[in-house]
Amino acid sequence: MASVASASLPLSVRDLTVAWYRKPVIWDVGFDVSPGQLVGVVGPNGAGKSTLLKAIMDLVPKASGRIEIFGYPYKQSRQRVGYVPQRESVDWDFPVSVLDVVTMGLYGKIGWCMPVRKKHRDAARQALERVGIGELADRQISQLSGGQQQRTFLARALVQDADLYLMDEPFAAVDAATEKAIVEILREMQRAGKTAIVIHHDLHTVPEYFDSVVLLNMRVVASGPTGSVFTRENLEKTYGGRLTLLDEATEAMRRRERTL
Amino acid sequence: MTFVLLIAMFLVSFSDLPVTDSVPEFEISDLKSRISDRQLQISNFKSQISNVQRVIASNSLNNRSLTWPTWSQWRRVLFLSDYNTQVVILGTMMLGMAAGTVGSFTLLRRRALMGDALSHATLPGVGLAFIIATRLGMDGKSLPILLTGAAVSGIAGVAAILYVRNLTRLKEDAALGIVLSVFFGAGVSMLTVIQQMSTGNAAGLESFIYGKTASMDFSDATLIGLSGLFSVIVIGLLFKELTLLCFDEGFAGSRGYPLLLLDVVLMSLVVLVTIIGLQAVGNVLVIALFVMPAAAARFWTQNLKQMTLISAAIGGAGGLVGSAISALLDLPSGPMIVLVCSSLFFVSMVVGIERGVLVRFIRRWELNRNVDRQHLLRGLYELLESRGLPKAAAARQIQSRFLFAELLSYGSWTSHRLMREIERCRRAGLLLRNEDASLSLTEVGLGEASRLAHEHRLWEMYLITHADVAPGRVDQSADAIEHVLEPELIARLEKLLQQKLAIQGIAPSPHPIEPLGDAS
Repeated sequence: MASVASASLPLSVRDLTVAWYRKPVIWDVGFDVSPGQLVGVVGPNGAGKSTLLKAIMDLVPKASGRIEIFGYPYKQSRQRVGYVPQRESVDWDFPVSVLDVVTMGLYGKIGWCMPVRKKHRDAARQALERVGIGELADRQISQLSGGQQQRTFLARALVQDADLYLMDEPFAAVDAATEKAIVEILREMQRAGKTAIVIHHDLHTVPEYFDSVVLLNMRVVASGPTGSVFTRENLEKTYGGRLTLLDEATEAMRRRERTL
Repeated sequence: MTFVLLIAMFLVSFSDLPVTDSVPEFEISDLKSRISDRQLQISNFKSQISNVQRVIASNSLNNRSLTWPTWSQWRRVLFLSDYNTQVVILGTMMLGMAAGTVGSFTLLRRRALMGDALSHATLPGVGLAFIIATRLGMDGKSLPILLTGAAVSGIAGVAAILYVRNLTRLKEDAALGIVLSVFFGAGVSMLTVIQQMSTGNAAGLESFIYGKTASMDFSDATLIGLSGLFSVIVIGLLFKELTLLCFDEGFAGSRGYPLLLLDVVLMSLVVLVTIIGLQAVGNVLVIALFVMPAAAARFWTQNLKQMTLISAAIGGAGGLVGSAISALLDLPSGPMIVLVCSSLFFVSMVVGIERGVLVRFIRRWELNRNVDRQHLLRGLYELLESRGLPKAAAARQIQSRFLFAELLSYGSWTSHRLMREIERCRRAGLLLRNEDASLSLTEVGLGEASRLAHEHRLWEMYLITHADVAPGRVDQSADAIEHVLEPELIARLEKLLQQKLAIQGIAPSPHPIEPLGDAS
């Protein structure tokens, strides 16, 4: 029943719990995302924002819960999802060029064991033009500034031409020009009917950038249209009270486990 | 050994001394018989010593002098005229190439130590395979049997590492250390036990520790060649996928790549190359073939494809030259191959054109020189300014003379450094030395000096207006960055600040210029 109802929804998360060594990182999370929306995921450090994105893509094991993307499990709708990981998650001294990184977004299309061909490189160059660093295509990634690194990652997701984008802090420590460029691309994507879920840190810009928000602190404090959900009261709930009781209980349990 | 012999002879002759002192006639015959007894003892002793020498010489490097190879030995190795040498050298070269190729990826995947633990863990497998095979009445020293045993225990070692890491709170390095030493210790004791066993001839098994190419025959070399070729082909086919795995695991996972499977493939290739390398290099040193060529290649290029090729070439060269030296000087092949690889690594580290020490040193030195020159020229411009000259005609500015002492007190440079920089600027045609030893700017120098002062001030102004730096502290922070300003950035600064401050021409300094020279 649920899958029929959510078939048109880019993302539907139900009762999601993820745990590391039995310590819950996110707890009973549920929310829906409607098509064509820019959704900001907001919450304090350690609230489980990155884990949420990783759980959506089956990168971390779920303790419980169900996730549907366009009505199907991730495995079947993988081609419709583009991922922009955190910039710090990779070694930028790796011996590849900017173009190499962007073509990685096409590896799925190119297929196992097949070489990257000219049309793929052309598509990658186009994506780099779109994010405004077309002239850097042949540079080594070690020579990029922070903003250029972020644009490279964005281009790698764009080249996939997905319908749902998951972005892990694309605005973290980038220059103002890059931030503007990324916002412009998000708007462009939205006009093309695409959906983006973006982890965001800067609370000031949330109402300006996002149609709806998910306020996350281990569990979903509130989610929905930015206008009605992004309130002072909800933010206080998100950032003020870390779930102290839950924290303490799990901490006690882990301590006991360690002595076993 | 000759030393021991000398001492023994000395002792023997010393004990004879009292006998030769007194010569009563009636004792002569007795003496004679005693002397012949002694001689017999000595000759016995000598033959014992030479026996010991032979044993030692056959076992280790002690008591052996390196003899310069004869021409026929050179010819045998250089022209591969000897069939066995051909086989050995080609085999180790292919081994080196395969290890270099696979090693590029293990290095980038940061699994180099895992390979080390794996290779150490192969030893008990060799011993066990020998025991089982002899018990079953097969040839215990058949290579396929021994290598199968090695592979099984190597994989068991890796499994043990993962098991220890996942089941306890120990980190991977501790797990590696434990497994590596336990397996290797078990292997060494097992080989010792085997050598004391009555069944089967176990001599030669210890060559798996340090490697011994002499026992390599054509079928072994074929095995190495085919396995090496196989691993190179696998790397070639999965080049894209392995690159993605090493660069961005998370993204690879999100695209649905089976990360575990890819890791298993990579580790299996490491197992394969380690196993075929056991015979030639030995399990203690085979890790060097994975790490050093790849690490050396990293100094030469920033492109993964080139890096893999260079790494394969270095590994191949190491195998070829190392086993050739080993054949020439009759030294164990494993250490020779490793030493050749490490020399290539050292050379790459120093002169590697992309990230070598020398290149980086030169870049830094050039930057420093550039900074010195910029400081000098800007200082000259500021001195001109303090004399009230910048607005005067270019001809008069050029005629303005500076004294060395004046410049020395102006900046924070030592007289040696200032002298050197003045000399460089003079040779570059930026400065002139007048007949009274004072200095003047040339036309080019003046242009350069005013450009530098302009850029410096633009940057200072930017810091003051946009980055909330107190004007008094600006000079230093501007110094730090301006030397790396690129032209397009300067253009942007100009645009930004011209709108704000309506600057025309050379910008004035936003702060009082401190060490004022003589306003003459």
